[in-house]
Amino acid sequence: MRLVICAGPATTGKTAVLRNIIRRLLESGNRPAFLKIDVQYAEEDEQIAKEFNIPTKKTYSGELCPDHCGVMVLGDAMLWAKKENCQVLLVETAGLCLRCAPYVDGGLGMVVLEATSGMNLPLKVGPMLSLADIAVVTKIDRVSQAEREVFRARIQDVAPKVRIHEVNALQGIGIDPLVERVLATPPAPERMFLRGTPPVGTCTICVGKKEVGWQAHFGVVRPLDQQTFYRGE
Amino acid sequence: MNIQKMTIFGGRSKSGLPEPVQRLDLNMGDVVSIVGSTGAGKTTLINDIELFADANTPTGRRLLINGEKPPAEYRDNPACNPIALITQHTTFLSDLPVGEFLTIHANIRSKDKSQIEDLVTRTLAFANQLTGEPVQPLIRMTELSGGQTRALLIADATIICNTPIVLLDEVENAGINRNRAIELLRQYRKIFIFVTHDPRIALLSDYRIVVKDGSISDVFHTDEIERKCGERVSVLDDALTNLRNQLRRGERLSQAELESITCA
Ligand SMILES: Nc1nc2c(ncn2[C@@H]2O[C@H](COP(=O)(O)OP(=O)(O)OP(=O)(O)O)[C@@H](O)[C@H]2O)c(=O)[nH]1
Ligand SMILES: [Mg+2]
Ligand SMILES: [Zn+2]
Repeated sequence: MRLVICAGPATTGKTAVLRNIIRRLLESGNRPAFLKIDVQYAEEDEQIAKEFNIPTKKTYSGELCPDHCGVMVLGDAMLWAKKENCQVLLVETAGLCLRCAPYVDGGLGMVVLEATSGMNLPLKVGPMLSLADIAVVTKIDRVSQAEREVFRARIQDVAPKVRIHEVNALQGIGIDPLVERVLATPPAPERMFLRGTPPVGTCTICVGKKEVGWQAHFGVVRPLDQQTFYRGE
Repeated sequence: MNIQKMTIFGGRSKSGLPEPVQRLDLNMGDVVSIVGSTGAGKTTLINDIELFADANTPTGRRLLINGEKPPAEYRDNPACNPIALITQHTTFLSDLPVGEFLTIHANIRSKDKSQIEDLVTRTLAFANQLTGEPVQPLIRMTELSGGQTRALLIADATIICNTPIVLLDEVENAGINRNRAIELLRQYRKIFIFVTHDPRIALLSDYRIVVKDGSISDVFHTDEIERKCGERVSVLDDALTNLRNQLRRGERLSQAELESITCA
């Protein structure tokens, strides 16, 4: 089973890109399964099942970080996709947490960013971008050539090794190279590990100490002027 | 790669018939229009070009660059893509001042840092020849009018991006001096392809590609007669623009004025 994990901020075009990929995978005789991980609402599973007649599922992470929720459920998901006779598992996950990334060693990590989100966005998304294998830039039809190029350069500044693919997901432009990347991904190993190091997941605030001021806390403390912060890697 | 020529090999029409024009060569320096009614397949043709179609799109068209299959990096590495695209939806989103914005872009494009200032100056000068409303380096990108934005999009793609092929997909012409624009574009050795409904641009082009039923049905070179017609069309078009502006300014129109326009 090949594993593709697709992350990205809300409404960047993750589903639109995956739809194009699914269509081409089916045309080339590869059956994908689709899993959506979201915090509290998603309907992609129903839409994609209806459109392509492939196995789909969704799961809500609720209070868990969706990326960490992925770690919990991915083992089960691989077994499910296998039982459904699929060759590829496509996971779409909400990129809400800018401190961690959902990618797994041995799977293809794909971040979807929209060219319309401003030239500085690549500087803001953290490990979701820097730990990805490929960065898909959508909505290139909407922005000037200049902003497209600056956006691309900023990605490369933050993540020099990430391969950038520009797409117009509405017209299906730029999708073929993505499909080739999916098909070139080797089957995922039996035991899988989250790529990079997850950030500190709990702090004293999480466990209910609500007093304001770092002096009232212990463990990871953070005064205002301390500019070094944990990057997840 | 030094691009000299792009060749389009015909595929099939929407109804499955072989494309009437089976081979079309576009050479560096050509200014080309694509014309056809809505839904005829103009954007599909543009998409085929953008995709470097290799019989792998619904039309079955194939594209060659310099007579050969385009290198894979055109498709796989956006930095090597020789095409700049401006569509009717394309716009600037940045709110930086124009000068600062162009400087950022020029810095990314140009290896020679001593060229940056010159590139920015030339881009602004180019834009200012396309539009009557001056584009100043200190105005914010978001404050540009529609005409100024289009002028700057074209100037930036031509001078800073400097890609050998520029596609303009139904970019609205309001606020752009078209005769001047085409005259200026001719000074750059590139292939400019306009998808257009504007008779003026069509007649100012070297030739126009006619699209029908998803196929290229004809290629018309603008001959001497049409060139002359083009001049008349420009006069009529200007007259109509003046008339429009007159009404906009809240003025009345007289019978005599209308006569003088239609007899021009
Ligand atoms: N113009 C343009 N629109 C696009 C492109 N890709 C996606 N869209 C549009 O962007 C909107 C959001 O796309 P989705 O695919 O739902 O985005 P998503 O990332 O899956 O969104 P969530 O799962 O809700 O976070 C839709 O209206 C798409 O049609 C593109 O390349 N160009
Ligand atoms: Mg989605
Ligand atoms: Zn997290």
